Order: sequence, then C-alpha cells, then structure tokens
Amino acid sequence: MSDLRAAVAAGVFGAEDAYRSLLRATVEVARAIFHAKAASVFLLDEATEELVFEAVAGEGADTLVGQRFPADTGVAGWVLVTRQAIVVDDLTADTRFSREAAESTGFVPKGLMAVPLLAEDKALGVLEVLDRPQQSRFTLAEMELLGLFGNQAAIALDLLQRARRARAALDGEGELGALARIATRLEDGDEERRAAGLQLLAALEQLL
Amino acid sequence: MTVLAHEFEDEELPAWSLPAEASDSIRIRAGWPERVTPEWAWGGSTGAGVRVCVLDSGVELGHPLVGTVQRSVAARKQEDGTVVVEDDAEGDLCGHGTACAGIIRALAPDCELISVRVLGAGYTGSAAAMLSGLEWAIDEGFDVVNMSLSTTKKQYVDRLHELADVAYFKRTMLVASAHNMPVESFPWRFASVISVGSHELDDPRVFYANPTPPVEFFARGLNLDIAWLGGETITATGNSFATPHIAGMCALILAKHPELTPFQLKSVLHLTAANVR
Repeated sequence: MSDLRAAVAAGVFGAEDAYRSLLRATVEVARAIFHAKAASVFLLDEATEELVFEAVAGEGADTLVGQRFPADTGVAGWVLVTRQAIVVDDLTADTRFSREAAESTGFVPKGLMAVPLLAEDKALGVLEVLDRPQQSRFTLAEMELLGLFGNQAAIALDLLQRARRARAALDGEGELGALARIATRLEDGDEERRAAGLQLLAALEQLL
Repeated sequence: MTVLAHEFEDEELPAWSLPAEASDSIRIRAGWPERVTPEWAWGGSTGAGVRVCVLDSGVELGHPLVGTVQRSVAARKQEDGTVVVEDDAEGDLCGHGTACAGIIRALAPDCELISVRVLGAGYTGSAAAMLSGLEWAIDEGFDVVNMSLSTTKKQYVDRLHELADVAYFKRTMLVASAHNMPVESFPWRFASVISVGSHELDDPRVFYANPTPPVEFFARGLNLDIAWLGGETITATGNSFATPHIAGMCALILAKHPELTPFQLKSVLHLTAANVR
C-alpha cells in the first residue's frame, strides 16, 4: 500500500469508528435525558429504500443494529418522508402500529418520539426515543430538546456516511473508485510517468 | 354577512389592467363588520358545505372520530416512474392522516373530508407523490387542503411554490405544518400558504398570530387525544396536529363566509387570533 493510500485509509477507518461512537453517545445521552427505555438512530439506505438500525441505546442495543424495515411506512417512515417530528403516547399493545413497532424494535413501546435527521436538503434518517416516563405532560421545551438531539445525531450520521463513502472510494467501489486508483498509480509510478500523469490531470482540471 | 360576492364569474373583466371607465365593473361589495370577532367569523358554523382535503398517509375508513370520508385517493408511483392519483381503499398506512382527519372533524363536524394518500409510493417517490396529490387537490377545487407534511428536496421546491400560488388564486387555502426548528423545508415557508406551529394550551379553538413569521399561527399541538389506526385513540404531540386545528377553523369560517379569498381568510384568522382580538 502506498504512503498516501495508507495515510488516507488510516484517517478514514479511524474516522468511521469515531463517528459511530459519536452517534452511539448521542443516542445514549438522548435516552438518559428523557429517562427513556431505549433510543435509536435509523439510517436511510436509499438504494433499498429501507431504514437500518445504526445505533441503539437501552433495550435492543445488542441485537438491533443492522436490522432493516421499509422506509415509507410506520411512524419512522412518516417522519422521514414528511420531515415532521411527532410524539405519540398511550399506545396499546393490540394495534397494527404497536405490532409493527414490536417487530422492528423487539418490544412493544407505550410511546415514542421521532424526529427526522436532516443535512441540508437531504433526510439521512430518523432518531427515535421510546418509552419516556408518561406521568408528566409533554412540553414544547422537550420537543425543542428532541430537535437539538436530532441535529447532533444528523451531524454524526452525515460524518459517518462521508467516512463510509471515502472508504468505499479507497476500496475501489463506488463512483470515486477510479480516482482513488489513479492517485495510487501516480504515487507508485516512476518520475516520468508521474509528471506526465500530473500534466494530464492539470489539462483535465482545466477542461472541467 | 356577505363580505365579497362572486358577481364576476361570467363577465368579461379587465384582468390585466384597468381602463378608467371599467372601474365600476369591478366594484367589490364589502360587508366587513366594524370589528371582526370570533362570533362573526365562525359563531354557529359547523363547516357545512366546505370541502377539506387531507393530504397525508391516508385516512382509516369507519373510524368513529372521523366519520364519513367522501372520497379516498392515493398518489401511486408507476413502473415508468410517473405518479398517478387514483381511487384507493387501503386506508391509512401510518395513523397520521386519520389523526389529522379526526381533529378537523371534531372542529367542523359537517364539513366534507377527502383523503389524498401520498405515503406508500416508496421513499424516493414521496416528494413526487406529494406534488401529484397536491396538484390533484387543487384541480378538484377543494376549499382547504391540510398539509401536515413538508419536503426539503430542492428539486421540487419551484414546482411546489408554483402550485401554492395557483391554489392561492384559485381559492384553495393550503394549511401547512411548520418546522419547530429553523429548517429549510417547504411548503410552509411560502407566503401563499398558512403555516402552523404549536402552543401548549388545551383549547382547540384558541390560536395565536405570530408577529415574526415564517410561522404564521400557533394552534393546539401538545398532548392531544387523537384518532389512530384500528379505531383507537392515542395521545400525541407535534405541529402535524396543530395544523388541522387551523384547517378546521378555516372550514368553520368558510362555511359561514364562502366568498372569502385565501388573502381575506388569513386576515380573518389574524383578526380573531387570541393575541389580536
């Protein structure tokens, strides 16, 4: 592996781990602040139109990461598609909604809060907080707090996705794979080839 | 009391400029009271005759809190990627649309409800479904369209803006949920719609005018008992549920004053807001 590639790879791999930890920390704090039973971040997989459990705190933390469900149904799907945050309480166990939730989370929640994770004009996923204590009335201040956590989770999710795309490029997958291969060859080639390659790239840059 | 009569519909009118001798031909009969009060605006109204469209996840038929739904359609994505709006019997894919319909029904028991389902066209088809559903609703000439939804997708914003302006001049009032954070999403940011955020009070008929838009009105949006799937009720919070409160108030006002344009309707809402009266 070339020095350049090794250096970039070290940065990218390290970043991916760090961003995953950041996301995990965000859902853990969200769960703790709201005294909730669980909190999760779902990532939108645009290729398959599914939501994927990316980080989970509390109930289901060990089993749910990586599980998927369709991105356009249920409350999480609604929040993702419409960009609107909602909070629902007093769910009973026998509704279709609760059954669907149970299938995706492993337990039947009595209530949930869900907020879209937005980065510029893209929806990246959804943050859900399940089963906060219901003895207290929900307030606008809590809604705002949920939004703030959503912002933080969206930034972490955005960074994580960028790191993954960078790794895919280094691995030769994805549309930037060719560029990564060119960079490697430039670094590995002899002086003459390298100079010619750089000249060609300069011409290409000018053309673009 | 009639505020503005539809006297002009079949006449040749100077639509693009006004010659001096034509000024009498566009005389608008104005019957505004000295003071616009809630009693004048919606007192005694049940929403009868007003057609309210719920652009949402569908509406569950037969829900006791929703009652009769005059028509249900869905925006469906075709194999070639286009979206068509056709009659639908699938009901509600989420519960949200049923909740919004129930809130409108509680405020305006005699209004007509029409459901346009824009959820279920796949994630990538969702914004196109929203646009097609809205276009259909405007073509149908509904009086009020409840839009407890928004998009951030930039490529759809111009068309959405255009449709919002068409609706405004065709006397279809779009009522849209605002974000509770400074997010660039639409259509609630457009001046031709009514944008709604939440207040914390329990009275469904109390709303506030916001002196610092883009959120224009605050309505009841917290800890509501609302209709949900399976004939159930749940407790819920969100601007999504504040929005149908304003849509319901629009239905009450329009039932009593069908001649109001969106511009005038918004003014009546402003004048009857709890912080303006």
